[in-house]
Amino acid sequence: MRPIEYYEPPVPSKVNYINAQYGLKSWLLTKDHKRIALLYLGSITFFFFIGGLYALMIRLELLTPQGDFLQSATYNKVFTQHGIIMIFFFLIPSIPATLGNFLVPMMIGAKDLAFPRINLLSWYIYLLGGVVTIYALLAGGVDTGWTFYTPFSTTFSNSYVVATGLGIFINGFSSILTGLNFIVTIHTMRAPGMTWFRMPLFIWAHYATSLIMILGTPVIAITILLLAFERISRVGIFDPALGGDPILFQHLFWFYSHPAVYIMILPSMGVISELIANFSRKNIFGYSFVAFSSLAIAVFGFLVWGHHLFVTSQSVYAGMIFSFLSFAVAIPSAIKVFNWTATLYKSSISYDTPMLYALGFIGLFTIGGMTGLFLASLAVDVHLSDTYFVVAHFHYIMVGGALMGYLGGLHYWWPKITGRMYPEGWGRFSALVIFVGFNLTFLPQFVAGYLGMPRRYHAYPPEFQVFNVLSTAGASILGFGMLIPAIYFVWSMRYGKHAESNPWHLPGLEWRTQSPPPTENFEVTPIVTWEAYEFAPAEETQIVGKFGPELEQI
Amino acid sequence: MQSWIPLVPDSASTFSWQVDALYFYLSGVTLFFTLLISAVLIFFVIRYRRRTPYEIPRPIAGSHKLETLWTIIPFVIAMTMFGWGARVYFEQYKSPTNAIEVYVVGKQWMWKLQHATGQREINQLHVPVGRKIKLIMTSEDVIHDFFVPAFRTKMDVVPGKYTTLWFEATTPGTYRLFCAEYCGMNHSGMIGSIIVMEPREFDNWLSGNTGNTTPAAAGQQLYQTLGCASCHGANGEGGRGPTLAGVFGKTTQLQTGESVPVNEAYIRESILNPQAKIVAGFGPIMPTFQGQISEDQLVQLVAFIKSLPAGGQTQPAAPAASPTPNAK
Repeated sequence: MRPIEYYEPPVPSKVNYINAQYGLKSWLLTKDHKRIALLYLGSITFFFFIGGLYALMIRLELLTPQGDFLQSATYNKVFTQHGIIMIFFFLIPSIPATLGNFLVPMMIGAKDLAFPRINLLSWYIYLLGGVVTIYALLAGGVDTGWTFYTPFSTTFSNSYVVATGLGIFINGFSSILTGLNFIVTIHTMRAPGMTWFRMPLFIWAHYATSLIMILGTPVIAITILLLAFERISRVGIFDPALGGDPILFQHLFWFYSHPAVYIMILPSMGVISELIANFSRKNIFGYSFVAFSSLAIAVFGFLVWGHHLFVTSQSVYAGMIFSFLSFAVAIPSAIKVFNWTATLYKSSISYDTPMLYALGFIGLFTIGGMTGLFLASLAVDVHLSDTYFVVAHFHYIMVGGALMGYLGGLHYWWPKITGRMYPEGWGRFSALVIFVGFNLTFLPQFVAGYLGMPRRYHAYPPEFQVFNVLSTAGASILGFGMLIPAIYFVWSMRYGKHAESNPWHLPGLEWRTQSPPPTENFEVTPIVTWEAYEFAPAEETQIVGKFGPELEQI
Repeated sequence: MQSWIPLVPDSASTFSWQVDALYFYLSGVTLFFTLLISAVLIFFVIRYRRRTPYEIPRPIAGSHKLETLWTIIPFVIAMTMFGWGARVYFEQYKSPTNAIEVYVVGKQWMWKLQHATGQREINQLHVPVGRKIKLIMTSEDVIHDFFVPAFRTKMDVVPGKYTTLWFEATTPGTYRLFCAEYCGMNHSGMIGSIIVMEPREFDNWLSGNTGNTTPAAAGQQLYQTLGCASCHGANGEGGRGPTLAGVFGKTTQLQTGESVPVNEAYIRESILNPQAKIVAGFGPIMPTFQGQISEDQLVQLVAFIKSLPAGGQTQPAAPAASPTPNAK
């Protein structure tokens, strides 16, 4: 057998988007989506590092039941800032702003995003939001929890609430602009022949994510404005002492912040669809079900915010409706997991690093998703809400899900982005270390949570220590595992093996141009005549039909 | 502690086993699907590993039958979880009648509790087994949350309103009370204990702590000193203001034509913000008491109004009888 010949540029040019222009100015004023993706990559990595340091401090403090490593006031700031940095400045932009920015135009055969200047503007807005937030952290920090619950945040907290809120407020606009750019690009700039149902599922996932970004983010902006308004001018909106309603804040906050979870996980699901299909050389089983389940998640995601309020004295009947809808939103995620698994049937699976992340994702996301059902179930949620069970659950979704997808995608597209290969052996090793470390960190927290350990506790009763020791041990392994890719990615940019245009031998559009791509992505506008994930050469697909016979006929 | 690492906390209320049963069901389903998917994944990954570098498997488009199957089965399972969870939740929120009432005020960073018979406690609550206990809770500052893992129940304690929580303890012992809603600097220090006693011991404990004024009696004094009596009558029989006696637990007609239930929240609101819901036939003449009375005093006034019998007969709100039926 011989490698399949997909179209490749006959003579790769020496000029690509990285060396097309030199100098700081050429980067800071670039309108190239690929360069902007790299600017984002650098910035979110910086924030990830800060958020990781906070995580380290949390785990060190919780090693012993007494509050001995940090003062309680400091600890409260540390967990608050861990949440704010990781959610708003790492997870929400992570995949869309880096991999999405780089790949959305390339995967649909476009030269750039629809609004290149707005794309650059979104990075500057992100940076401004980040600078304001870092100012708030350095000036004294914030201790409200990333949830900013009122009236603590508006009246009682003595920390930099407004400055931090301003940082998040500003940052939100970068999200909105990215979402807007993606939607317009996907609608109007697909290459000839790239019909909606030929699009890679990564694009569908980004389309669904962009809808949430555009529709949800304004609500958090309004909520933060109201919060700042009450804090500064003492007009009663949320504080009952001023005539406000503290629960109103929670409704507004979660109306954005629950869908925000889907902003974090949907792009990761898009990455996983790519990895599963491409590393098993098989079209995704039930393509349209996976595509539409992303949209279903985006829509249903807006209707479940009330499940964060089951113990706030929200009406019992409202609770029941929100519980029902929360179970309903789990179904599209289950459909995805089943389809990914079925894709592997009679496929050709490679054990490259990205595939290890994808397989890890499926396992961790299954646990994360299933434990979400505990929290959707009213009576059990009453016992579990605000305990470590919740902490474990959302880390399984955000780290086990979103972060695994991000790392898997980063490895997968690294040769395209940088033109260099990462060291495969180290890649596999660190993927395993991260998987083990992650589970050791967060599995014990499910048990601690059911036993009743409340979250956001700086000191805790001694009966919970065994779980915290396990968690801290796991977190050390996890932290070590994260350092390995950080080191070899930087190393590979200079010393890594040169990557071919199509190192994985795949049919996707992004692999039909040189690595790294030229500034305009493709030398000629591609004409798409194939379906997504169509691996077999064209003649062969003719023989077995467009996609091959139904499962039962094989 | 029964085993080396316990999987469930102590069980000490009538909810405990109900929540545990559902939790075990959820855990079983989770374990089943996690193992199923992991096993299938591992099997496929080994069985269909890439054997030659350039092999291309035959494409499979998908199957509507399978898609339908794995949409419907998870949905049906999810609905059993929903139904079961909702049923137990509904029971937890059906506020019992004939419960012993305890007033709870949360503040940064302590719990203040008062029994209907007057005993005050801080960060501790003594309750008898086998009786329904209803907590009527509010906060002086930020949102707190009254969480007793051994009872498998919790409820936010929200400033500006009353929330309620009830339970029936089943096993004597001392159990942890946590504040579960982050409330500021010493959030993790806002913990206490629930001491569940046999009814006889509880009666002894109550009688050993006499000499306290009951909330209702204290409320009666406030009622006089704040001048409530001049409009609502010395015994709540009404006058320029609406009747207070015997209205608790019923509904009342408002000026707007609406009817509202007369509960703790409504009485509280009417004291602090009298113009919000005016009873039909009365004018907006009552002044606000916002800022003039504390949450503790509000609780006492509410307790007094609740204690007024219908008809406005003279009734000394003096030491209420011990709530346990077999008390002396």
